[in-house]
Amino acid sequence: MSALATKLRRDLGRMVGQGLTIALVVACGIASYVTLQSAYASLLAARDDYYASCRFADVFAHVKRAPESLAARIADIPGVALAETRLVEPVMLPVEGLSEPATGRLVSLPRSGEPRLNALVLREGRALDASRPDEVLVLESFAEAHHLEPGARLPVVMNGVLRSLQVVGVVLSPEYVMAVGGGAGQEFAPDALHFAVLFMGRDAMAPAFDLAGAFDDVTLRLEPGASERDVRAQLDALVAPYGGVGSVGRSRQPSAFFVDNELSQLDSYATVAPMLFLGVAAFLVNVVLSRLVHLQRPQIATLKALGYGRARIGAHFLELVGAIAALGCVAGVALGAWLGRGTLGMYAPYFRFPSLAYRLDARIAAAGVLVSLASAALGALGVVARVVRLPPAEAMQPEAPPTYEPSLLERLGVARLLSTEGRMVLRELTRRPLRFFFSVAGIACGVGVVVVGGFTFDAFDVILDLEFESAERHDVAVSFTRPVPASSLRTLAAMPGVLAVEPLRVVPVRLRSGHRFHETALVGHPAGAELRRVVEWPWHVAPVPDDGLMLTDMLADKLGLTVGDSVTLEVLEGDRRTRTAQVTALSREVFGMMAHMELGALHRLVGEEPVVSTALLRTDPADEAGVDARLKRLPAVASVGKRRQVIAQFERQTAETMRITALVLTLFGCAIALAIVYNNARIALSVRGRDLATLRVLGFTRGEISAVLLGELATHVLVAVPPGLLVGRALSGFMMANVDAELYRMPVIISGATYAFGACVTLLAAMGSALLVRGKLGELDLVGALKARE
Amino acid sequence: MSPPGQHARAVLSARGLVKIYEMGEVAVTALSGVDLDLYEGELVVLLGASGSGKSTLLNILGGLDAATSGDVRYREHDLTLADDEHMTRYRREHVGFVFQFYNLIPSLTTRENVALATDIADDPMSPEEALALVDLGDRMDHFPSELSGGEQQRVAIARAIAKRPDLLLCDEPTGALDYLTGRVVLSALARINRELGATTAIITHNAPIARMADRVIHLSGGRIRAIDENPDKLAPTEISW
Ligand SMILES: Nc1ncnc2c1ncn2[C@@H]1O[C@H](COP(=O)(O)OP(=O)(O)OP(=O)(O)O)[C@@H](O)[C@H]1O
Ligand SMILES: [Mg+2]
Repeated sequence: MSALATKLRRDLGRMVGQGLTIALVVACGIASYVTLQSAYASLLAARDDYYASCRFADVFAHVKRAPESLAARIADIPGVALAETRLVEPVMLPVEGLSEPATGRLVSLPRSGEPRLNALVLREGRALDASRPDEVLVLESFAEAHHLEPGARLPVVMNGVLRSLQVVGVVLSPEYVMAVGGGAGQEFAPDALHFAVLFMGRDAMAPAFDLAGAFDDVTLRLEPGASERDVRAQLDALVAPYGGVGSVGRSRQPSAFFVDNELSQLDSYATVAPMLFLGVAAFLVNVVLSRLVHLQRPQIATLKALGYGRARIGAHFLELVGAIAALGCVAGVALGAWLGRGTLGMYAPYFRFPSLAYRLDARIAAAGVLVSLASAALGALGVVARVVRLPPAEAMQPEAPPTYEPSLLERLGVARLLSTEGRMVLRELTRRPLRFFFSVAGIACGVGVVVVGGFTFDAFDVILDLEFESAERHDVAVSFTRPVPASSLRTLAAMPGVLAVEPLRVVPVRLRSGHRFHETALVGHPAGAELRRVVEWPWHVAPVPDDGLMLTDMLADKLGLTVGDSVTLEVLEGDRRTRTAQVTALSREVFGMMAHMELGALHRLVGEEPVVSTALLRTDPADEAGVDARLKRLPAVASVGKRRQVIAQFERQTAETMRITALVLTLFGCAIALAIVYNNARIALSVRGRDLATLRVLGFTRGEISAVLLGELATHVLVAVPPGLLVGRALSGFMMANVDAELYRMPVIISGATYAFGACVTLLAAMGSALLVRGKLGELDLVGALKARE
Repeated sequence: MSPPGQHARAVLSARGLVKIYEMGEVAVTALSGVDLDLYEGELVVLLGASGSGKSTLLNILGGLDAATSGDVRYREHDLTLADDEHMTRYRREHVGFVFQFYNLIPSLTTRENVALATDIADDPMSPEEALALVDLGDRMDHFPSELSGGEQQRVAIARAIAKRPDLLLCDEPTGALDYLTGRVVLSALARINRELGATTAIITHNAPIARMADRVIHLSGGRIRAIDENPDKLAPTEISW
């Protein structure tokens, strides 16, 4: 080993703590990149494989009712490789355990059982038997949420008629990778509970919807190179007379849209998160290397005098930085691979791919390593340039003592309020304002990252609170097999153990405005409802107007509507007539795409007698079992849902993911704070060692000199906390801005506890690392520090 | 100015050297027109008051610094306009430096400090051999902090001579040492000058030391005031100051 390499090794050995902490931050940066990018790439690969192998269609169009003969003309559109017609109809499923019935789709399968486009993957059970008209296949997400297995029977309201269908198989569909249909409005986590997709033989399904010899849905596969826009234009023209509402390409197909949205979210986090860490790493490299180079000025000059060239000496210091960064890279890639696998696992329940294998592409790891090395090099560059330029003759001379000036603050008279120690601290801070700034900015990032971790919990609490405490306040929801007369609620009210009853009417509708449309549930609320209210962020009960429609603002946005506009309303049950209603109010709910009406107004609009689909009850907690039993004995009850169970389900689904995410973010944030404070402390100790030793010689106690050293560090941290909280807020806002509004809107509210947690955790990390360095104060060599020249 | 012996020829020659340090508005003239020749194998001592420009001159001769104007030639090579790469090669191949504060790398042992020079030289002696020349064969694996000042300076000398330099430039090599230790260090330098034939220049404040030189160069105010030849030079052990 060359002597220079030996020097490198020894130098590294003497800065183990600093090297490790910098490597830690580099590791966090690269880990966040590898985690998010590898999860992203794995999901992307799974998606593409799935879409290809299941022949996912390129264009989707829905019509009201078109004769089958139209199919041939669609297939003849230039650019169409394959056209397949089918039936897709909305259904309601009053399943046990839900307050509002699940809504969903019934999709027809051709007689062969094997569609030419959008093939299903059978996960359990068997395919449909064409001779049995009551058999269905169920989408896996719904089957899992309701513990449905082949053989189970399922109540399904088809075209207003309740039927009991038999589940024979559980399937996956490329059209429902994420179970979103724009149906019930419950489009967040409980989706799997509330959104069902069933597949049924076309021959069995057509009569129920009066669609024999006709179709209402068509999917296309395009020829390679065909223009999607042209094909869609011709298709739209062909189906317009049959109630076509405008075709969509694959990118706007709801499930594909949400999948792509999630993916691009991951992708954008994968850019921002590493930037944060690697920025901090670059700063640390800069600070630590500056100090090292300062201490080694005479050594650098000696090397030059001995005939070592600029490149060689520059490389020597870059190697030092490289070794530290490389350590961070190895740890970071390993950590990233581990976390990436975990992250992918978190997506598994939401993204229903037939196989979701984790793969860490070498290119991702390589890119992460490169970016990390580059950021370390960026931090080192200025310093190394100084080294290279250092004139050897000059470096032989000891450096002139640093110049101090009374700072602005001092000139303003602040210093008079300070002790001598305080003044030393103040001057040290103001002497290097840029370094102070970056140090504060870095610690602020650390605080911010911890706050983001807490924010996910806060948001979760808000949703729980808004949805399940303020909005839904019943204990039990009773769903009926078909709408029942409002008068029958009196039976329920009279039942022992039932304290209060309120009706709810849910009608599946398709809202249309111009060429835009959205399928959702129109919910009818009785005036003065107490058990189910519309609650806006922040905690405001929005009164349902006496007349007209109240849309969530996001739905209104999507349809391009505002208060006063008219909207076309297709009722997707009963007579399926089209009505017009006026938008009279908008609400700002957390979950996106709902429509509300006053119960009486809804009856008038649909033209029906006062009927209810669901009864909400408040029950006597002491008589729970009794109420349960009595409800089950009632005729026409499809299901009895307990709010408590829904909450538990929601928590189960979400809490684990959030806990892990928050833990990882907290650790990452602490790593930043720890690394910065530790390195600040080491450098302060190195820069001020002589001063501190001099103070000791003058008779200052160890406590007093620690006050000088720690005071400086504490100032950095304390100054960093308030902006850090703002950084946390901004990062949370960034996360939410990347969530599509159609999915849900998470208010960026951060609780005081989260802010306090972010601040405390950072302070603790800072104190921990400061204490590590404080131990070194005991080792100050009083005599040595005084006689040795820098 | 004539060569000291009929056979010797100039290894290094400087003509009209001027060095001005610009420090904001004030300019400090460290050298104002120095002409000097160093001859093969000779040992010269540079004497002069503090601030007279000794270090500046030596640094320029050794390729550590560039003159503001004037020429420096090393044998056939013109150093005046040399770029950093050429200067580095010149230092690496021909010059050995010894400094007042030794300038050892604290993280390297005695042997490794010497190896630092031999690693990049063309035809070096081994670090062991170089250390034996300064009588430090038994302290190879000690770190600088474990050595006395005189020992450290001898390590620095071993490091400077291990490459068999043509020029050995020493800036106050005994400045930080006591009298006895200083004598040991000077003896080592004289011996190397004799045995390796390296042209040696030694800066000192102590006039008596000049008695070990072939020639004594007196500097003051950035100029050479006088050059004395010293036909009967003494061994360092015979000198006291
Ligand atoms: N880097 C520099 N910047 C400005 N002035 C300098 C610098 N180096 C030397 N000088 C000035 O140049 C003059 C000559 O300095 P030099 O170091 O050559 O003197 P010296 O003879 O070696 O003195 P000493 O015996 O104290 O080492 C002095 O006036 C000194 O202040
Ligand atoms: Mg000098």
